Amino acid sequence: MRVSEHLNRALHDLMESDPSIHLLGEDVSDPYGGAFKVTRGLSSRFGSRVRSTPLSEGAIAGVGAGLALAGDKAIVEIMFADFVALAFDQITNFAAKSTSMYGRPVPVPLVVRCPTGGNRGYGPTHSQNPQKHFIGVPGLSLFEMTPFHDAGELFTRMFGLGGPCLFFEDKVLYTRQMHQVDDLFTVELVDDVARVRVDGAGWPDCTLVTHGGLVHRTLDAMRALLLEDDLVCELLVPAQLYPVPHLPGLDDASHVCVVDDATEGGTWAAEVATVLYPRLWGRLRRPITLVNSADGVIPAAPHLEREVLVQADGIRAAVREALS
Amino acid sequence: MIVTAAPARSPRHLVTDGDLRSLLLIRHFERALLRLFEQGVLSGTTHTCLGQEYIPVALSALLRDDDFVFSNHRGHGHFLARHPDPHGLLAEIMGREGALCGGVGGSQHIYHRRFLSTGVQGESLPVATGVALKLAGTGALACAYIGDGTWGEGAVYEALNMASLWRVPLLVVVEHNGIAQSTPTSAQMAGTIAARAAAFGIRHHHVASDDVDEIRRALAPLVDAVRTEPSPLVVEFATHRLGPHSKGDDTRPPEEIRRARESDWYDRYAEADPERFARIDAEQRELVERVVAEVSARPHARPGGAA
Ligand SMILES: Cc1ncc(C[n+]2csc(CCOP(=O)(O)OP(=O)(O)O)c2C)c(N)n1
Ligand SMILES: [Mg+2]
Repeated sequence: MRVSEHLNRALHDLMESDPSIHLLGEDVSDPYGGAFKVTRGLSSRFGSRVRSTPLSEGAIAGVGAGLALAGDKAIVEIMFADFVALAFDQITNFAAKSTSMYGRPVPVPLVVRCPTGGNRGYGPTHSQNPQKHFIGVPGLSLFEMTPFHDAGELFTRMFGLGGPCLFFEDKVLYTRQMHQVDDLFTVELVDDVARVRVDGAGWPDCTLVTHGGLVHRTLDAMRALLLEDDLVCELLVPAQLYPVPHLPGLDDASHVCVVDDATEGGTWAAEVATVLYPRLWGRLRRPITLVNSADGVIPAAPHLEREVLVQADGIRAAVREALS
Repeated sequence: MIVTAAPARSPRHLVTDGDLRSLLLIRHFERALLRLFEQGVLSGTTHTCLGQEYIPVALSALLRDDDFVFSNHRGHGHFLARHPDPHGLLAEIMGREGALCGGVGGSQHIYHRRFLSTGVQGESLPVATGVALKLAGTGALACAYIGDGTWGEGAVYEALNMASLWRVPLLVVVEHNGIAQSTPTSAQMAGTIAARAAAFGIRHHHVASDDVDEIRRALAPLVDAVRTEPSPLVVEFATHRLGPHSKGDDTRPPEEIRRARESDWYDRYAEADPERFARIDAEQRELVERVVAEVSARPHARPGGAA
C-alpha cells in the first residue's frame, strides 16, 4: 500500500475510533481531499469534524489548540510544510508553552501535519524541510512518517503525549509503498526505531541514522556501498525525531553517519550527534558524519534542485570518504 | 455561492492590436504550459491565469515603469502584461538558459526589474506596503495582485491597516474568481472584501467588466488618486478561473466549469472583430509555439548568469 493511502486509512480509523478528534486544513474536504489526497473521504464520513479552512495557517493551528484546550483533539494539516512558519507563534508560544506555563500540566493534544521535502520541482517556498526550526522547543515533539511505522500507532502515541506534536510527511514518500525494501535488507522494529540490516552480513562498517523521507535514498546508497564499495551499513530510522529517542545497536558502532534533509546549519542531524557524542565518546574512531542538504534555498529547476538536496550518491560519497 | 459572472456582451470599445496581442500571448502561453505538463516536459507545478488575462492587460496601461508590481502564484499574466518576454519567463519555468532568475525561482518566484512574485499567499502585501512607503510622494505606486482566498491571511490586514494609517500609494488588485484551490469563496470568506476595505477606511472599487477599455476608463482617476494623494485602493475584479487550480486538479462540478467557460472573454472578443482577432490569435499562437521550440532546445540554466 502507498504511504499516502496508509496515512489516509489511519486517519479514517482514528476518527472512527475517537469521536473527539477533529481535522482542519486548507482544501482537506471532498472531493478534493487535500493537496496530496491524504484526507480523502474524511469529510464525507465525519461531517463537521473535518473542515476545509480559509488560508489562515496561524489561526487554524490556534483553532486546533483551542479544540485541544477544550478537551477534544485536533489534527491540523499545513498544505506545504514551508507554511508552518505562519503558525510558528501558535505552535511554539501557545500550544507548546501552555502545557507548562500555567504552573500545572495543561494537556494540548494537537498534531500538526506537515507535508515536507523537495525533489518535486515546486521551488523555494514549497520544498523546504523546516524541522530544524522546531527542535528544542520546550513542550513540542517532532515525529515523521516512515515506510516502516504504522501511522495509526504514531497518531495514538502523539495524542498520548498530551502535548503538541509536529508530524512530518515527506511528499516523495507519499507515492512509495509501505514496508517495501530491497531483498538485500531485513527490517525490524526495536523500541520503535526501525532497524534495517543487510541480510547475513557481518558487523557494519557504518551505522546510518535518518528520518522517514530519506529512507529510500539512504537505502540506495547502502546498496551501492555494499555492492560496489564492499562496505556494510546498517540503518536506524526513528519515527520520533525530537526529543531524539534511544537509538539501538550503536554501542559498538564503528562509525555513525546521520542523514538529514534539512539545509545545513542548526539541524536535526546535529542534534542527533549532540545526543550521541556523550554516549559513544571513547569508542568512536572518528567524528560522526553529518549529511545535509546544501546551505541554500531549494531551486525550482530539477537540475539545480538535485544539487542542493541530499541524494543517494552524496550519502555514498560521504560514507566512503569518512571510512577511507 | 458568490456570483462573479461578468455581463455576457461584446466589448463596447474595440481593443487595440497591442492589447489583443497581449491578451492572446498570455492565453497561448498558459495553454502551452498545460500542454507541456501533459507531455511530461515540465516539472513541479504551475497555476495558469486562463480566463483572467484581461485584468493585468487592462492594468498595464495604468501602470508606470517606476511602479512596483507584486504578483502571486498565478502570475504569468501579470508578468507578460508588463514585460512581453515569453522567452525569459518560459526559460525560468523550464530551467533553461536565459531564465529570468536563473531557474532558481521557477513559475512562482520571479524578480525582474520592478516585478516580484512569491508563492506564499499574503506575504507580499506587507512588503508592498513597505515599497509603497518608500515610493510615496514620487508619483509611483506599489501594485499587489492577490486572490480572494488570500484574504484569509492575517498579514493582509496588518498591511492594510498600516497602508491606510500611513497613506501609502498601494494598489491592491483582487482577482476574485470565486474559488481558492478547491474551496469556494462562500466556504472561506465571511462578509465581503468591500466591507473589509471600508473597515480600514480604504477606498474599494468593484469591476464586473472584462472590457479592457471600460476597465481602464473607470480606474484611471482612482489610480491617479493613489499616486497623488497618496492613498491605498482596493480594486476587486469579478472574474473566472477557467482551468484547474494548478494542473489536473479541478474537482468543480461540470456545470460550474461550464459557467466559467461561458464567461470567457475570448469568444466575445473574437465576435467583436472576427478577422482581426483571428489574425492576431494565429500570430500569437505561432509566436508561443516558436518560443516553446526555441526555449526547449536551450541548455540548462546556471544561476548567477540570470538575464
Ligand atoms: C500561505 C500559503 N498557504 C497556502 C498556499 C497554497 N495555495 C496556493 S494558491 C492557494 C489558493 C489561493 O486562492 P486565491 O487567493 O483565491 O487565488 P487563486 O488561486 O484563486 O488565484 C493555496 C491554498 C500558499 N501558497 N501559501
Ligand atoms: Mg481565488
